[in-house]
Amino acid sequence: MTRGGEPLLEVSGLCVDYGFDDDAVHAVIGADMTLHRGEVFGLAGESGSGKSTLAYAISRLLRAPGVITGGEVIFRHEGNTVNLLNAGPTQLRELRWNQLAVVLQSAMHALNPVLTIGTQLTDVLQAHRPELERQARRARASELLEMVGIAPDRLASFPHELSGGMRQRVMIAMALALRPQLLIMDEPTTALDVVTQREILNELMDLRTEFGFAVLFITHDLSLLIEIADTIAVMYAGRIVESAPAGELYLAPRHPYAYGLLHSFPGLHGARQRMTGIAGSPPDLRQLPTGCVFHPRCGYVMDRCLRDEPPLARPAAEPPGADGRLVACWLHEAGASAPAELAALAPALESTS
Amino acid sequence: MLQFPKSGKIRLGLGMALVFTLLAIIGPWLAPFDPNKSLTTTNGVPQPPSGAHLLGTTQVQQDVLSQLLVGGRSTILVALIAGVVATVLAVGFGITAGYYGGWLDDLLSMLANIFLVMPALPLLIVIFGFLNKTANPPDVLIGLVISITGWAFGARVLRAQTLSMRSRDYVTSARIIGERGWRIMMFEILPNLVPIVATSFLFTVIYGVGAYTALSFLGVISVSHWSWGTMLYWAQSAQAAQQVHIQWWWFLPPGLAVGLFGTALALLNFGIDEFINPRLRAAGLTRRRARQAGLPRRAQLGLTPVVGQHVVGQHVVGKQLNRESA
Amino acid sequence: MTAPAGLDATVSESPLLEARGLTKHFPVRGARNGRRGGIVHAVDDVSLVVPSAGITAIVGESGSGKSTLARMLARLIKPTSGELLLDGQASTAALGGARREYARAVQLVLQDPFSSLNPVHDVRYHLARPLKVHKLASGSLDEAIDGLLGRVSLTPAANFTGKYPHELSGGQRQRVAIARALAVAPRLLLADEPVSMLDVSIRLGVLNLLADLREKDGLAIVYVTHDIASARYLADVVAVMYAGRVVEIGPAAAVTSEPAHPYTELLLSAAPDPGRARSVPARARTAPPNLVTPPPGCRFHPRCPHAMRVCTSGVPEMTQISPGHHSACWLHVNGLDTQQRTPLVSKPGKEA
Repeated sequence: MTRGGEPLLEVSGLCVDYGFDDDAVHAVIGADMTLHRGEVFGLAGESGSGKSTLAYAISRLLRAPGVITGGEVIFRHEGNTVNLLNAGPTQLRELRWNQLAVVLQSAMHALNPVLTIGTQLTDVLQAHRPELERQARRARASELLEMVGIAPDRLASFPHELSGGMRQRVMIAMALALRPQLLIMDEPTTALDVVTQREILNELMDLRTEFGFAVLFITHDLSLLIEIADTIAVMYAGRIVESAPAGELYLAPRHPYAYGLLHSFPGLHGARQRMTGIAGSPPDLRQLPTGCVFHPRCGYVMDRCLRDEPPLARPAAEPPGADGRLVACWLHEAGASAPAELAALAPALESTS
Repeated sequence: MLQFPKSGKIRLGLGMALVFTLLAIIGPWLAPFDPNKSLTTTNGVPQPPSGAHLLGTTQVQQDVLSQLLVGGRSTILVALIAGVVATVLAVGFGITAGYYGGWLDDLLSMLANIFLVMPALPLLIVIFGFLNKTANPPDVLIGLVISITGWAFGARVLRAQTLSMRSRDYVTSARIIGERGWRIMMFEILPNLVPIVATSFLFTVIYGVGAYTALSFLGVISVSHWSWGTMLYWAQSAQAAQQVHIQWWWFLPPGLAVGLFGTALALLNFGIDEFINPRLRAAGLTRRRARQAGLPRRAQLGLTPVVGQHVVGQHVVGKQLNRESA
Repeated sequence: MTAPAGLDATVSESPLLEARGLTKHFPVRGARNGRRGGIVHAVDDVSLVVPSAGITAIVGESGSGKSTLARMLARLIKPTSGELLLDGQASTAALGGARREYARAVQLVLQDPFSSLNPVHDVRYHLARPLKVHKLASGSLDEAIDGLLGRVSLTPAANFTGKYPHELSGGQRQRVAIARALAVAPRLLLADEPVSMLDVSIRLGVLNLLADLREKDGLAIVYVTHDIASARYLADVVAVMYAGRVVEIGPAAAVTSEPAHPYTELLLSAAPDPGRARSVPARARTAPPNLVTPPPGCRFHPRCPHAMRVCTSGVPEMTQISPGHHSACWLHVNGLDTQQRTPLVSKPGKEA
């Protein structure tokens, strides 16, 4: 885990709505997160959690009727500091793909079916590196394909001639073409089978180790994130409810939703016993409850939870020195006592990468 | 699910269609004169609109307004019958062909293709040529004959839709439960196709108006049977035969009536489109309110608009709280 | 035809549904790669025994043929060859009354909760139809419907009968689909990836519902999935499919903790597992096989780290590892000579 000095990306108080006035649906509310160089940051949540919205809003790629209604997104690269929300089209164009690349959810279908892979890769290079000549561009495109484990003779293939896994690899190659600092990936392996998913993620982690870029990985599969992410933020109904290092989140979750979510994945080891998951249904963003949005489904609900919404803050009972742990729950306020399963001590963890 | 449409153009279309329907029903009773009757003996010159004749007269002093109202019923009735019959045929053939596939589909598709390829107007002229020999064909019969040439297009569209719907999970589920084929077509597939059937119906009615008007104008259909097309026929032949310069009040009202009726139906079709695709529904309204909120007129891809930036803090969360609890 | 494999003699009664040598080949449409008349070997020679109680899971990735197999078991599609025996009787009727009889015994729940219910009909209609088609609502139709909704924990029933599918959540829709399948009181419920499209936090609710149906109503369930972890959680017997064939079958605990077939090992190591001590090393990169021209012999051999020469020559039969646990792999076959056991040179190379 390479935690550099200054954070690469700092999101503070980001608010995103769909629509406006009274019809507005608050998709993301007050999101705070910090990403460091070379870090794998996982964003976990279910439908309606706002995780994809958050990722696209950061890069200003959100489509209408999405509107950003507040907050800051500070991106630091090569000594420059940019607030992405203030940036104009030219600035964004400079940043995009050079420093910040995105692999979309249906990336396998994002390839133009009538152009060869080679053309699409060299297109990217042509747009951002005009000084490269055609020979050089082709060479670089071959290099990129080899980097993700595809034979360079595939440059002449069309997307439909490649399998789903290979197309996803091509998308990753395209995203890494200009050596960005940050790679945002939205459910990149959900549509692939488990074995291909494992292969691609292993390759991605190898590339990350080699080139040192940071990854913002968005998925609903929390069990996968625990294996590959350094830090995980769990989202619910547009809010980040817990943020912690991956190992600590797995062994010692603090928020009832995170706890419930972790216990919704049947394991491959241990005794086969009944699990309960989380009661209730995912939230309807147009009719959210007052107070803490999770309270209708929470097994530890208190009176205060129905009135006030808890802020994302450091748990009071956390030992000093343990940083990076944030929870939005009244159980962890100073003076409140959390049940044992939500107050477990996280054992000292070694880096697993 | 059904609500009064907000869009201006749909309201207009609905209003116009209602007016026409009303006129079709009560028109002939409203007509001040008998359209056939020549009223004065002023020789050979159409009279301009006046107090007695709101739309003037033809060159043999028949009241144009009365002709318009009486002819209106015939035109609209024929068009509606053509629309209904053609739609029933399209639904029957199209959905059956799409659902069963195989040889039945091949047969019905071939039939539809034959009717599509045949030139409609010449065929109708030939058929009416036979019919006219006998007597003045009634409106219903005219409508039926026109529908023969109007069903094939709708059948193809419905067949294509049914083909795509066949593989939907709810159709598969119905088969698993053991539902019979005709029940699946009538109650599982057809209700999902209602918007398309409605569009097809309106389209065929417009076609019916056009076909009937054209046939009457050509004199193929008995010229003593009043319709908007017949009015145009007489107007045209008066100019040709008697070299009388026809005045606007004679040919403009029927032509305008046909045009406005078609427009009303087209506007209704827009309404159905918006009903199917709710995103179109508020499109116009959304743009206006967007500008009020300070957003750019057109959303640019890759440049998500930012309205309002606050300094970080609990305030943001608190602000949202207030908005939600309000 | 291979002998059927399933729960062994521990089950005293005769099996509910038995598949013998089920095969399904689809013609290839269009001239892809200039090839005409190619066939997709979706399912090849699958023999399976479904006991009259308990949950059998069929685990496989996309392209393994599991969904096609489920649809053949539901008699939605006709097998190219092979037979299906319900209660020991071959069932071949394709139309009319006999088909409806089969529908009363075997029902299927589909994957996508957003399209398995007709958007123009409300919940009441969906539940009333199977009752009416099979003339099962002798008493009050409403009572029967309320009862069904109660069985899938959609209570109070009055809240749900008038709702349309778009007013329900994914989990609720899936429960309605299950209730509809239960309406005819089937003896076997086939569930094709019933929770894959649901949110994680509500998957367990639906899986637990299936487990309850097994416990309380003694329903036999076949659970088709790509997620081996949920198969381990829910099922009594797990069958693993690869490229149209069943490669391993046995008790859930045995198959998932001591897998006998190399593909099952691969599947288990690739599945997300936070409890794993250290991360898994990258394996050789290869893709699932092309079903139009599958590899000769054992279809897994191009990806298998233990591939031997005999693996290219013939399809291995189901061999018993332990009572009730069978695997179709040459590794477990005795009596092979050294020539046959020569390992194939494995190429951990690039993807073809």
